[in-house]
Amino acid sequence: MANTRIQIPLQIKRGDVVEVRLLIRHPMETGFRHDNVGKPIPQNVIKLVTCRYNGEEIFRAELFSGVAANPYLAFFTTANDSGELEVTWTDDTGVTETERTPVTVV
Amino acid sequence: MNSVQNRKPDFPSRSRRAFLTSFVGTLLVPFLRVRSAFAFPDNLTPLIREATGGELPKTSHVKLTLPPIAESGNSVPLKVQVESPMTAADYVKSIHLFSEKNPRPVIAQFHLTSRSGKAEISTRIRLAGSQQVVAVAVMSDGSSWAGTADVVVIAAACGVESKDT
Repeated sequence: MANTRIQIPLQIKRGDVVEVRLLIRHPMETGFRHDNVGKPIPQNVIKLVTCRYNGEEIFRAELFSGVAANPYLAFFTTANDSGELEVTWTDDTGVTETERTPVTVV
Repeated sequence: MNSVQNRKPDFPSRSRRAFLTSFVGTLLVPFLRVRSAFAFPDNLTPLIREATGGELPKTSHVKLTLPPIAESGNSVPLKVQVESPMTAADYVKSIHLFSEKNPRPVIAQFHLTSRSGKAEISTRIRLAGSQQVVAVAVMSDGSSWAGTADVVVIAAACGVESKDT
């Protein structure tokens, strides 16, 4: 079950500024809601998203409860070499997930 | 004769126009000044100072795009664009998003590098009611800039207004 999807352009030329789009399946529970018996639902949001390109950190996001459920993030990076894009996220319950996608630069 | 008569009724209307222009102008000038100096909601200023390291940024260089009217506050698309060459010497270090009325005013913080190529980020946020959203960009040289956007939210996201949704 892939909770994290990474999307990059199919064709990338060396030196291109490319858009990286992330979609993570996560409830982003705010901690302000109550269940049907009135018990508060504990907060569970993705705290940190890091994106590495061939091991080098290119983007980091600290998210809070103000980010919508199933967070969508789009940002840019310069594609220098072929290799791998790696996205790691951690939420309040300690769940960590890493997703990788190959980058091919022509 | 005719020209004199024509000129006479002209005179009071011209002075009225001049008076109105200057009067409205005097009203507007302090308003504009106040707006640019205190553009941020009061509850956000300490958070903005914390993000920038003390100073209150000027509203320039940062373009924050949000829909003027959002039907639901649960998911509002947002785009921040910062004018920057994004070179090793001059790039955007971080972008901070703040909400005026959310129970937690800090929405997100993004950290970029000189490799980013373009300082532009899109995401989707929650908004608890109609309010102003502030984006603050901190540059590599320590300077900071801000952009604001006003959004009318028809149904607020879960939070203070509606606890059940």
